[in-house]
Amino acid sequence: MSMNEQILASEEAVTEYILAQEDKDQLRFLTCGSVDDGKSTLIGRLLYDTKLIFEDQLAALERDSKKHGTVGEEIDLALLVDGLEAEREQGITIDVAYRFFATDKRKFIVADTPGHEQYTRNMATGASTADLAVLLVDARNGLMVQTRRHAFIASLLGIRHVVLAVNKIDLVDYSETRFEEIRAEFESFANGFDFETFVAIPMSARFGDNVTARSERMGWYNGPTLLEHLETVDVGEHVLEAPFRFPVQWVNRPNLDFRGYSGTIASGKVAVGDSVVVAGPGKTSKVARIIAPEGDVKTARAEEAVTITLEDEIDISRGDQLCAPEARPDVADQMAAHVIWMADDAMLPGRSYLMKIGTKTVTATVTEIKHKINVNSFEHIAAKKLDLNEIAFCNLALSQAVAFDPYEANRSTGSFILIDRMTNATVGAGMVWFALRRATNIHWQALEVDKAARAESLGQKPAVLWFTGLSGSGKSTIASIVEKKLHAEGKQTYTLDGDNIRHGLNRDLGFTDADRVENIRRVGEVARLFADAGLITLVSFISPFRSERGMARELLDEGEFFEVFVDTPIEECKKRDPKGLYKKAAAGEIKNFTGIDSPYEAPENAEIHLHNVNRDPEEVADEVIRFLKDKGIA
Amino acid sequence: MNVTANGLTAQRLSNLRRLEAESIHIIREVAAEFRNPVMLYSIGKDSGVMLHLAMKAFYPSKPPFPLLHVDTTWKFRDMITFRDETAKRLGLDLIVYTNPEGVAQGINPFDHGSSVHTHIMKTEALKQALTKYGFDAAFGGARRDEEKSRAKERVFSFRNSSHGWDPKNQRPELWNLYNARVAKGESIRAFPLSNWTELDIWQYILTENIPMVPLYKAARRPVVERDGMLIMVDDERMPLLPGEVVQEKMVRFRTLGCYPLTGAIESDADTLQAIVKEMLIARTSERSGRLIDHDDSASMEKKKREGYF
Repeated sequence: MSMNEQILASEEAVTEYILAQEDKDQLRFLTCGSVDDGKSTLIGRLLYDTKLIFEDQLAALERDSKKHGTVGEEIDLALLVDGLEAEREQGITIDVAYRFFATDKRKFIVADTPGHEQYTRNMATGASTADLAVLLVDARNGLMVQTRRHAFIASLLGIRHVVLAVNKIDLVDYSETRFEEIRAEFESFANGFDFETFVAIPMSARFGDNVTARSERMGWYNGPTLLEHLETVDVGEHVLEAPFRFPVQWVNRPNLDFRGYSGTIASGKVAVGDSVVVAGPGKTSKVARIIAPEGDVKTARAEEAVTITLEDEIDISRGDQLCAPEARPDVADQMAAHVIWMADDAMLPGRSYLMKIGTKTVTATVTEIKHKINVNSFEHIAAKKLDLNEIAFCNLALSQAVAFDPYEANRSTGSFILIDRMTNATVGAGMVWFALRRATNIHWQALEVDKAARAESLGQKPAVLWFTGLSGSGKSTIASIVEKKLHAEGKQTYTLDGDNIRHGLNRDLGFTDADRVENIRRVGEVARLFADAGLITLVSFISPFRSERGMARELLDEGEFFEVFVDTPIEECKKRDPKGLYKKAAAGEIKNFTGIDSPYEAPENAEIHLHNVNRDPEEVADEVIRFLKDKGIA
Repeated sequence: MNVTANGLTAQRLSNLRRLEAESIHIIREVAAEFRNPVMLYSIGKDSGVMLHLAMKAFYPSKPPFPLLHVDTTWKFRDMITFRDETAKRLGLDLIVYTNPEGVAQGINPFDHGSSVHTHIMKTEALKQALTKYGFDAAFGGARRDEEKSRAKERVFSFRNSSHGWDPKNQRPELWNLYNARVAKGESIRAFPLSNWTELDIWQYILTENIPMVPLYKAARRPVVERDGMLIMVDDERMPLLPGEVVQEKMVRFRTLGCYPLTGAIESDADTLQAIVKEMLIARTSERSGRLIDHDDSASMEKKKREGYF
């Protein structure tokens, strides 16, 4: 009956058996449903019935059943799969667990995923690598909101084969009517999900009916048992029929004579002599060698990990994609995609994340949430942000163009994850719907935000107007009027005033020459940052030394720094003395006062030279504005 | 088997080929993404398969990372011989690390018990080695079918700066897109064999003819019976308890570790075929031969939180 007894015969038979395993294939499936539907019990049953539970595990299970079990005296099969301490204490499955069993026909990898809505991300994780989904429902309760959600998520993640496991059929007296009701209801709502195969099976995981053995209590059911179906369902090979895609993972360069590109073939086939093209740059070459795990081969296919060499020397690195020249992927820096959010911190449009797509990592921003999808009702809802476990259809902009396919056509080249740049956590998962090429999007270079981009978005040219002159010369008065006039024209401005800065950033500085130099250095740096931010910055500082004004000028680009000399003779300044400082300096109460006991080095080549005696400050300010208009700044 | 015009099979990739490709993908991804990866080499069959896959992954280059063996000083002598021969044969860098404080304190499994010995000579030693060399990723040969807490662990398993694992806060892991980003001091344990079963491992060893430590095959070896297990007397450091007698028995090991903590099974299986045959009809799981897993049923999860592989 089992494989074990068949191979007892001889050593040759063992060898033969093992070699026969070479032909055994693998089915990855997902089970979902809440713990009350008996999901963990079902997996426990599959492991138990396929003899994958060993005696020592069984003994441990009996012990655990007494401690945590929920089914009284019997062995609680669910305890086999609910592995983590917290889950055993709480009796729920909170994370994806992977389980393995095999029959003579196939090896199975089961992703056991939690059913509650707050674990949508865990279900998506399990679904991302599954070929088939087993959706559990409790026959007593029928289809629940969560059944609809599970079907939707399975479909969204590209699962094309579904089994509806109508469990606990023993609790509805093995009723055919009840089973048919549930099946019909599921079929009608799952119509739109585009599943290729769909089977509903009535079963009792607890007692084993129709799991691995045909139930004697449901003569009315003629379909397969769950295991029969899992062993025989044809999950197809779409990945093989799709065009050749090969994301380069690692450049293999042991010496100057060998240059290979290592990676896993994402889809399609490739043969020595085939033409391939690098997606994007578009350089073409021919395949010279294919090195598979077993050595040189003539052909290779999807899912194989190989190293390819080309006939021509082309500059290719990790993240590039080799593909079929006649069927190239999209190469774009914008896309529309479904995004599942997996982090406690909400996803905000405009925030930048890292996107890992294939072997490429770029920065990405959601530019717009088109709509959020209610996972229970499938309604589209407008949204400004995306919270944990929410799913939305979004537009994304990337820092550079990358090669990809729609997820529907290729799960491997159409999927991506989003990573938080600060915490490095995986915060989102996405499935590409299509590349965006709309004219309105094309020149939107979201991420290389530089000075020019910022200035452009402000609609102005950044500039620094550096007002220098003696205390009382009228620098701040004129600068203030100039700023008002610029502001009135819609310009983004900021004024750095000597007194204000000395109260904050530079409050540790005095008036010695060294401190004056440092004072100006700092202000120069701040002005540079503001110019980088795209602003028109007005600096109003005595700044008595030529060399420091020169230093500030050098921090900025050509045509951005304008020295404005407010030329008021010292006698006039003393007469005005708006803050009473000259009097104090004359009385010796202030040391190192510019013009009294500290020098002022007048500018020699100021861009703007303002004579400011007996003039209306408005008129002086207009002189500055006229100059700025000439330069295209105002 | 369907063969298409260009000679390609239309069938699905077989189980072993799919596992092999997946493992190679994982190994390459680690090499490409991390600054300073290392492969933990424990000398056992899983490590042997992992190393074999690494050799294939980078051929004709050598794997771009060293091997690290955490030596508790209580490994079987055959393991040490095999380890050194393997590194030499493959031309790979091998780092052997032993916890110097553990040695100074004379930590051993007999006087201090399996739990203290494992913690100091394995868990602590591993953490020390990873910190000392600044490795930001370490490959391990663990499989999800071995043990319940492993069944939930990611392929790229994140470790904080004190090497701890937080099972409730694992990074979601979708498709084959592994998140390799870590901050300074943090690291990733990468498990390329996550989806292999014990049977897959043996089938692969057999089809690929991968060299293995002779201890897996049955031979006459000196053993004593202790706590229901057969413990091999591998050297003179093994103290005999009153009433214990050393017997020569045909035994082999399903799993290898520190000899005083590893139970042998009586067996005549002296070929790989015989081992596979025996395994297929076996009624106990492979880790039952390890004393360290018996402490309590969630003990592995506890150890992993503390930084154990």
